[in-house]
Amino acid sequence: MSDILLQLDGVSMQYGRGETAITALAGIDLLVRRGELVAVMGASGSGKSTLLTVAGGLTPPTAGEVIVEGHWLSQLSARELATLRRRSLGFVFQDFNLIPSPTALENVALPLELDGWTSTKAHRPALDALNIVELGDRAQHFPSDLSGGQQQRVAIARAVVGGRSLILADEPTGALDSTTGELVLRMLRSRVDAGAGGILVTHDARHAAWADRIVFLRDGRIADESRASAVSSLLAGSPA
Amino acid sequence: MSVRQSLLAILNQGPCYGYQLRSEFDRRTGSTWPLNVGQIYNTLDRLERDGLVRKADIDAEGQNYVEITDAGRTEVAEWLGSPVVRTLATRDELAIKLAIAVTLPGVDIAQVIQVQRTATMRTLQELTRTKNATTDPESSEQLAWLLVIDSLIFAAEAEARWLDHSESRLARARAAGFAAPLPLNTEVPKRGRPAKTVQAGA
Ligand SMILES: Nc1ncnc2c1ncn2[C@@H]1O[C@H](COP(=O)(O)OP(=O)(O)OP(=O)(O)O)[C@@H](O)[C@H]1O
Ligand SMILES: [Mg+2]
Repeated sequence: MSDILLQLDGVSMQYGRGETAITALAGIDLLVRRGELVAVMGASGSGKSTLLTVAGGLTPPTAGEVIVEGHWLSQLSARELATLRRRSLGFVFQDFNLIPSPTALENVALPLELDGWTSTKAHRPALDALNIVELGDRAQHFPSDLSGGQQQRVAIARAVVGGRSLILADEPTGALDSTTGELVLRMLRSRVDAGAGGILVTHDARHAAWADRIVFLRDGRIADESRASAVSSLLAGSPA
Repeated sequence: MSVRQSLLAILNQGPCYGYQLRSEFDRRTGSTWPLNVGQIYNTLDRLERDGLVRKADIDAEGQNYVEITDAGRTEVAEWLGSPVVRTLATRDELAIKLAIAVTLPGVDIAQVIQVQRTATMRTLQELTRTKNATTDPESSEQLAWLLVIDSLIFAAEAEARWLDHSESRLARARAAGFAAPLPLNTEVPKRGRPAKTVQAGA
C-alpha cells in the first residue's frame, strides 16, 4: 500500500462561466501522506474551502485529477465515490453540517451505519469519539440544544469516528475557546500520528503550527509552503 | 536589565558562585538564553560595585561565593513588584523593514510579507513541536521552560497575525489607490533644525 493518501494533480476549479466566472483554484499540486497533517492558510476567498471540497470528492474540479488512496475520483461511479467518501474520508465543514433531528450520538454514528454497521455496534465507537471531544455526557442531546462550539466538536467526532484515513477539516476550531481548540488539535494530531492523513484549514497561526507542512494559498494558487524540520534549531530543548 | 535582576533574585535564595549562578539561570529559563561565564562575572562585579552583593566565603574547592545585601533584597522586591516596561527604543527590525518597503517603488510587498510569514510559521511549527514533545509540567524546571516557550509561541503568533493584517491593509490601500511609493524628497532637509516642525502641545 502506498503511503500517499491524497494527491491533487493540476487541480483547478472555476465557478460559473463567461464574464462572471470565478477561478477559485488554479493548478494546485498537493500530496498528503500517511502520518502527515497539512495546514492550509490564506486570506478569505483564497480557495481553502474549495480545495477541501474538491479533495473530498464533493465537487469535481474543472481541471486536473484528484486521487484518493490510489483511486482516481474522475473514474469512479457515483456509488463508488459515495462508498469511498464514507469509508475513507472524514469531513468537518465550516458550518458543522449536523443533522437536526437525531441526537449527537446518532449524528456521530451515522457514517458507520450508512456503511452497514448495526446501530448498536456503531454507538460504541461513536461514544468513544464523543468522549474524546469531552461531550460523552451530551450524547443524547439534539444539536439544537448544544452551543456552537459543542456542535463543532460533535462534527469533529463524526469526522474521525471509525478510524477513517483522511480527515479534511475546515476551520474546525473556529468556534472554540483556546483550550478546547487545543483539545481538538491534539485529537487530530494523534489520529494522524496513528497513520491517518489530514488537511486542516485554519486562520489561526498557533493551530496551523501543529501541522507538518503549511501551505499558503493566494488567489487559488499555492504561494509558498513551510515545512517544519525534524529537529528544532531554536531551542536547546526540554529540561531533563 | 533583566539578567542583572534575575541573578540577584537567584542570590536572594542563598549564596552562589559564578558557575552555579549560570546553571541556575539556565535551568530556570529552559536554557533559552544561555549566559556565558564572562557575562556572569561582569554582572557580579557591577552588582558588587552598586552594593547589592558582596563577597562571601571561599569553599574547600576554592569557589568564591557571593551573597546578597539588604539593598540587593530591596531591589529584588522592587523588580518583582513593578511591571517590565517595553520601550519603543528597541527597534523592531521587521516593522521598519515593511514600513520602508511600502515606500519604495518596484517592491513586491506581498512577496516580502509571504517570505516573512513562511519563516515565522516555521518558527511557530518548531516551537509547537518542541512544546508538544513535553507533556504536563512535572517539575518546576519544566514549568518554567513551558512558560518561556509559550511566550515565544505567542510572540510568533502575534507576528503572523500582524503580517496577515498588514497584507489586507495593503490590499485595501491599493484598491483605494493610495499605496504609491514615496518619491525622494527633493527639498533636502537643512542641517541642524528641520525646516518645519510641529510644535508639541501648541
Ligand atoms: N458555489 C460557489 N459559486 C461561486 N463562487 C464560489 C462558490 N464557492 C466559492 N466561490 C468563490 O470562490 C472563491 C474561493 O472561495 P472559498 O470558499 O474556497 O474561500 P476560502 O479560502 O475558504 O475563504 P474563507 O476563509 O472566507 O472561508 C471565492 O471568491 C468565493 O466567492
Ligand atoms: Mg472557507
